[in-house]
Formats: sequence, structure tokens, C-alpha cells
Amino acid sequence: MNDPKYTGQEFKVIGSRVKRPDGIDKVTGRARYGADMNAPGQLVALMLRSPHAHARIKKIDISKAEKLPGVKAVITAADLPDLTDGNAGLFDTLENSMARDRALYDGHAVAGVAAIDKSTAKKALKLIKVTYEKLPHVTDVDEALEDNAPIIQPRYATEGQHGNLINKGEFGQGDIDQGFAEADVIVERSYKTGQTHQGYIEPHACLASVSPDGTGELWVTTQGHYSYRSTCAQLLGMDIAKLKVTSSEIGGGFGGKTHVWMEPIALALSRKANRPVKMVMSREEVFKASGPTCSTSMEIKIGAKKDGTIVAARAECRYMNGAFPGMWGTLGGMTAFACYSIPNNKAIGVNVLCNRPKVAAYRAPSAPMMAFGVESTIDQLSKELGMDPVELRLKNVAREGTQAPYGPVWGPIGIEPTLEAVRDHPHMKAKLGKNQGRGVACGFWFNIGGQTCSDLNIGSDGTVNLTVGTIDVGGARASLAMIAAEELGITYDDVKVNIGDTSSLGHNDTTEGSRGTFSSGMATIFAARKAVEVLKERAAKMWQIPVESVIWEGGSARATGQEHSNLPPLTLKDIAKKAGSTGGPIAGHHEATVEGAGVSFASHIVDVEVDPETGKTQILRYTVVQDAGKAIHPDYVEGQFQGAAAQGIGWALNEEYIYGKDGRLQNAGFLDYRMPVCSDLPSIDTKILEIPNPGHPYGIRGVGETSIVPPLGAIGNAVSNAVGVRMYQVPMSPPRILQALDEATV
Amino acid sequence: MAGVHVTTTINNDPVEYVCPADESLMDVLRDRLGLMGVKEGCGTGDCGACSITLDGQLVCSCLVLGAEVEGRAITTIEGMADGQKLHPLQEQFINNAALQCGICTPGFLIAAKALLDENPDPTETEIRYALAGNLCRCTGYDKIVKAVQAAAKDLRK
Repeated sequence: MNDPKYTGQEFKVIGSRVKRPDGIDKVTGRARYGADMNAPGQLVALMLRSPHAHARIKKIDISKAEKLPGVKAVITAADLPDLTDGNAGLFDTLENSMARDRALYDGHAVAGVAAIDKSTAKKALKLIKVTYEKLPHVTDVDEALEDNAPIIQPRYATEGQHGNLINKGEFGQGDIDQGFAEADVIVERSYKTGQTHQGYIEPHACLASVSPDGTGELWVTTQGHYSYRSTCAQLLGMDIAKLKVTSSEIGGGFGGKTHVWMEPIALALSRKANRPVKMVMSREEVFKASGPTCSTSMEIKIGAKKDGTIVAARAECRYMNGAFPGMWGTLGGMTAFACYSIPNNKAIGVNVLCNRPKVAAYRAPSAPMMAFGVESTIDQLSKELGMDPVELRLKNVAREGTQAPYGPVWGPIGIEPTLEAVRDHPHMKAKLGKNQGRGVACGFWFNIGGQTCSDLNIGSDGTVNLTVGTIDVGGARASLAMIAAEELGITYDDVKVNIGDTSSLGHNDTTEGSRGTFSSGMATIFAARKAVEVLKERAAKMWQIPVESVIWEGGSARATGQEHSNLPPLTLKDIAKKAGSTGGPIAGHHEATVEGAGVSFASHIVDVEVDPETGKTQILRYTVVQDAGKAIHPDYVEGQFQGAAAQGIGWALNEEYIYGKDGRLQNAGFLDYRMPVCSDLPSIDTKILEIPNPGHPYGIRGVGETSIVPPLGAIGNAVSNAVGVRMYQVPMSPPRILQALDEATV
Repeated sequence: MAGVHVTTTINNDPVEYVCPADESLMDVLRDRLGLMGVKEGCGTGDCGACSITLDGQLVCSCLVLGAEVEGRAITTIEGMADGQKLHPLQEQFINNAALQCGICTPGFLIAAKALLDENPDPTETEIRYALAGNLCRCTGYDKIVKAVQAAAKDLRK
């Protein structure tokens, strides 16, 4: 941790708590989100959705709707030819955006309407007559693998295995049979977790405009406007360069805005009507027809020696992918035992289809469920061993040099320091009362780099425009301006960051995998360093000395060597002012597939009080310890930790998709899908550790996701310590806790 | 549907509009009057993003009809700053990093102002309950509560 290779960097701007550049717009109501843009002559679009969990679409009659005055376009799958050219994933997206021969889940779109206003569009939806033939459905991940379960996607069925089982991701090392044979104590348990939604407050919304000449524009709330562009263009047969996608301010995403949902339909309606089309999902549509996370069902088995050395671990977890396959089980398998060093381990993540909406990423996707099982099991193991649960974790913790279960050998990582910080935290010594308990759990998540480019342009007054292609979900513009200011040696206020539309920069990957600030930050550093090279050349020109004699220091060019000692330094502003006569505009550009992403670990402490009368669990105190590598803007790093923990708390205690026997979602609204409100939570304490990532010039790691991983396990452990019942199902809602208490007293 | 003619006051300005009898005040404010600081998160009164005050009382504008505000006084987020001078709540939301995506921010500011207008020195618990009708999914509420506390202190000076 104290390796001088990684520490000791002096920063002027990085690490300070500057005001965010979009703050005033957002506190005055001026910021424009997905639904806040209008165009001359725009139509309003609405979608007709399947009321059935699984049904054959025998006929759709749109003739009456089309004749309704004010209706300008109606489309069904018949208007969307398959242009996907054998690309299975793209075909899934096409089928998800509009049902073709079958409706695959409650809420699956079957037709879209564009009309002069909302009330006309609503009337038109009622005039569309769909003839369905109901088919058997399945919405539970375990039932989907029973022999008599209906097969959701016959095109993905593989001979020799269940038709709803897509694939398995297997990871691990050693020989687990031998490992378990060596164990003195083995704990094996089964767990289930409910399906949750990201719960971003802003529904999906877009304004689409397609012209008969094949050009188009899309204003949309998205985490990845380049990916939206390429997906929509391919589905609709448009040239990528001719579709300009502009990302609006985004009202939360958490992974749910990484994929297109109704946007291709809005574009198709606009093309058919030759008018701009605005489409905004209702909250009910967001719950039913965007991309929630997986529900899961799993078995975890961990074996240890009497001294607490874990010698073997096995996890098998089935991830419910919805009606289309994803990689969710695979990601879960990679994360299962990443916090620990276990000689024999195997984790299997299984991808399973059900009649539910297509699953999307949700903040550290797939890790929280697996961590719930693993961290609950480790806690039970500590009880069987008579060992402190934090000491047991520390005894088996992964360190620099440990090989990760999914292959790589860890560099410097933060799991041990976060656990030590937890052990030594005053929170661990605070007294607890009756029905109160404390729990600890750990979490791991990846960080990715990916395709990125940034453009840095210096104006004639020395102020800087930085254009990036990654969406700002949680304050990235502030962090990126800080990075540019740090590199150039200027003030934060002299940098204005702009999120470019798809026509202003080359391709940028989506803001996901905690990559936004990491990757665009990296591209910004190198764009700024290129601009510095230009600045040095211009200074050399102004001084009429060789460029080799110019260095850049503290935001100024300095001439080196005794013969130039009379030359006063030239500031960035001095050089910018003369740019017109020394070679024109001064800029730096950088494009790369960014590498060097560091992994991230967190350990959490939670105190709960369980009311044995009602089964309600109150969070009394919460502490997050996470490794940030280097915190660029500590306020927003803390904000990520706190927001992630709050989402994890909601997942642990309340949130869950509830399906009826009819396969329909029963709680598609914020009243019945209850996310934590302000009075549900205490202040969430944070501790930022900085174990620099050697792959980044400043040591930065992605920080956005990891802290949603530990809360489920930490709260389960705390509930167990509070009232003596072990919860094997998330959410640990009052009825489930009451049932567990009842069973315990029998 | 025949339109209803409404004369009302919004952010101290006289305003007239015609809207269908079944149109929500939220839709009137956003789509007819361009006051897009009023945000729609749910349309069912569960998230508080469309919060406004009606004669000083905090309401979800999605649960009020545009036709029923004849002669009333409405305040939206657009009316919170005094010219170039931000309200202390707005200042402190920025200073305390109390917003991330910002979609819930206008509703929180309106709800927080309604609280402080009635109770200039609320406890943390009072703040948490006063804001329980507003959903934020980014912050975990911690920095929002701190910003309201800081603004309350500023306003008491």
C-alpha cells in the first residue's frame, strides 16, 4: 500500500470538492432530460402491450386505428422486417422492441401509434384489435427448469439440456472434491433473491425524427448514445453516420439505460409519419417493459479447517434472464469468490429463460445475489467455527498475487484494507440493544475500459472545451474538468465539459462497468498531454528557440538552459492568445480502447433492529468502506457509495417483482414496488480508501457499482444476529421475517 | 372534449390557459406552459418529482387537474430563485453535492422549502419525514438531508 510506485503523487485539483458544472441548471429546473425536448410538428406516440405472459399473436387489426382522425402512423412487427443478418443478439433486440409471432411477457409491445396528441393516441390504442392464443407460461427461475415447463425461446434450445437453460459460466481453481474432503466443517445452504428494478426516477423518453432522405435524429435519455445509434440504425436499415443521437440529461440509469427499448419504434413511427415523434414510457411501462435485474436461486457450499482456513467452496446460481438470453449468470460466476483466496473453488452461473421482461444490467449486475449467498454462508461458517466473522474473512482474504477465480492474478487490491478498516471502525464497537444486530459483508466488482475518444480544444482566451462521448450519470463532467485542469495546470473554472452527440466524436462505448470517468478520464489525460506538446511547440515558436528547450511546468511553458534564462514563462493563456499567428487552433485529441482498469472491493457494516411483532427491519446505522484507487471528487465518490448502499438496502428489505399465477406483474408502480424513502434510512457513513490502480496515471478505479454488492449479505447477517433467524430469501420483507420467527419458535 | 378556461397565478405571474377537463396540472405546466422543471417520474403521486405548491401547500401536480386551479397561486421550481440569486436551498444542494442525476431535485427543493417555510429549525428526523414523499434513487438521501440542514441554518441567520 505504501509502495512509492503508486503513492505520493501531488495533485492541485484532483481530490478537491469543486461545484459541479451542471448544478445550477439542475436546481433551477433548466436542465433538459429525455422528456423535456419538443420539435415543431411533433406527434405523440404510445405503445399497445400484451396483457398476457405468453401468447401467440394470431392477428392484429389496425385498420380502425389508422382511420381515426389525428392518427398519423400505426406500426406492428409487420412494419419491421428482419434486417439483422443472422445476428442473434440484434434479432432479440428487434423482437423485444416489438413482439413478432408471440408475446413473451406481460407488457411486451405489440403495436405502436403516433397521433397528433396523447388523447388521440390513447383512443387509437383501444381501436387496435389483437387476437391472442394464450400459451402456458412460467415466471419462476426454478419452475422454468422443470420437465413440463413451456419453452420460451425454441431457437435457443439445445439438444441434451433443458430448453430454457441457455448456458453455464463456470469458473474456479483446484479440485473441490478433494478440498471438501480435507475440510473439518462444511456449511451448505440454498438461497433465493427476488427480481428488482433499477428504479431510476426518469422514465425512458425520446424524441425521434426521421426524414425521407434517410437521415434521422434521436434525442434520448441513455447511458450509451453510440450504442443506441448503431442498434437503431441496424434495425431500421439506416446508415450509422446519418443517424445523429444526442443524449439528454439522464435522470438515473444504473444499467437500465444501456439498451434500446422503445427507441427503434419511435424512429420507425417517425419515418412512417414523416413527422417528429415523442415517446415517453409511463412508470407502469418502465416496470413491465424495460430491463430489470435477474431473480436467482442458488446453492452455496463452503468448507474450512478448524483454524478457519477455507479449503473449498462451491456456488451454483441460476439467473433468470427474462425472455431473452444474457450473460448474467456468467458474470455472477466470475464474482462469487473474488474476495477470497480459496485453493479449491468452483462457481457456476446458469442462464435461464422465463416469461419476464428482458433483463438488463443493474449496478454491478449479478454480483449482489451471489454475494448474498456467499456472505451469508461465510457468516454461518464463522458461527460453526466459533470465529469472529471479520477475522474469518481476513484469514482467507485475497491479496496482491492471489489468482482470481476467473483467471487473472491480482495486482494491488483493496479487499484486505477495507476489512481491516471495518475491524478497526468505531461502528464495530457501538453498543446494541434488544432485537438489534450487526452484520458485515464484502463485495467485489469489475471495472472496464473500452472504446473512448475525447477532444480538447483551447480557445483564444485560454479557456478549454473538453468534449467527451461518455454520458454523465452522476457528476462525471465535474471530474473530467478537474482532470483536464490538473493536466494543463489551469483552474477548474477554465474548463467546460460537453457531452458530444454521435456526430461530433468517434465511437464511445456505453457508460457502464464504472467506466465513464475512468475511460474518458484516461482519454482526457492523453488529449491534454497532446495539447501540451502543441503548446510547447507554439511557445518555442514565440521565443524562436528549439522546442527541445521548452518544458511544461505548472501551467506554463518554460525555456530551459542558461542561454534562455532571460525568457519569462509563457502561460497557457499567453500562448492561446497568439495561436492564430503561431499555427492556428490548439487542440489535443485522443482515441483508444482504454486498458488498465482496476478492480474494486468494498466491505460494509450495518446495524438493524427487527420488530418481532411486525417483522419490519429498520436500518439503524450503516458504514461503507470502499477502495476508490484515487478519489477525484470525494463528494461524488461518497455519493456513489451511499447511493449504491441505499439501493442494496431496498433490494435486501423490500423490493421485488411480484407475479401472479396468471404471469402478470402485480406491482408495477412505486406505491407497490417500494424503494427506500428518506425516512427509511439513516445517514450512510462512508470511508474512502485509496489503493491506487497501477493501470491509471492517477491510480483511479471505477467507483460506481461495488457498494451495491455487500448490503444483501450484510443485512441478512445483521438480522440473524438481531433475532436469531437466518434469512435464505431476499427481500427480507416483514412477512418473510415473521414466518422465519414463527418457524424458529415452533 | 371541450376545453376549460383557467386564470391563475404561477410564480407570481398571471397566467391563462385552456385545457381539457381531464388533463393533469403537471401536463398543463409541462406541455402547455413550458415549465419543464416540473418532472414526471410516475404520474401517480408516488415519487414527488412533480411537486409544486398550491396556495403554499405542497402537492404532486400529477394528482391535481389543470381545470381546478382557477384563482389559485402556484409555485414551481422556476419560481424559486430570486433573479440571479439562488435560494439558500438551491445553493446548499450544490455545495453539499445533494444531487447526482438531478431529476428528483426540483421536487426535493419544493418539498424542502415547504418544510422550512413552516418549520425553520427541523430535526433530522423531521426533515426525513417531510421528504419521505420524494424518491431519490442516486444519493441515498444523506447529502440531501445535510443540504436542507445547511440551508435551514442559512435562512435562520
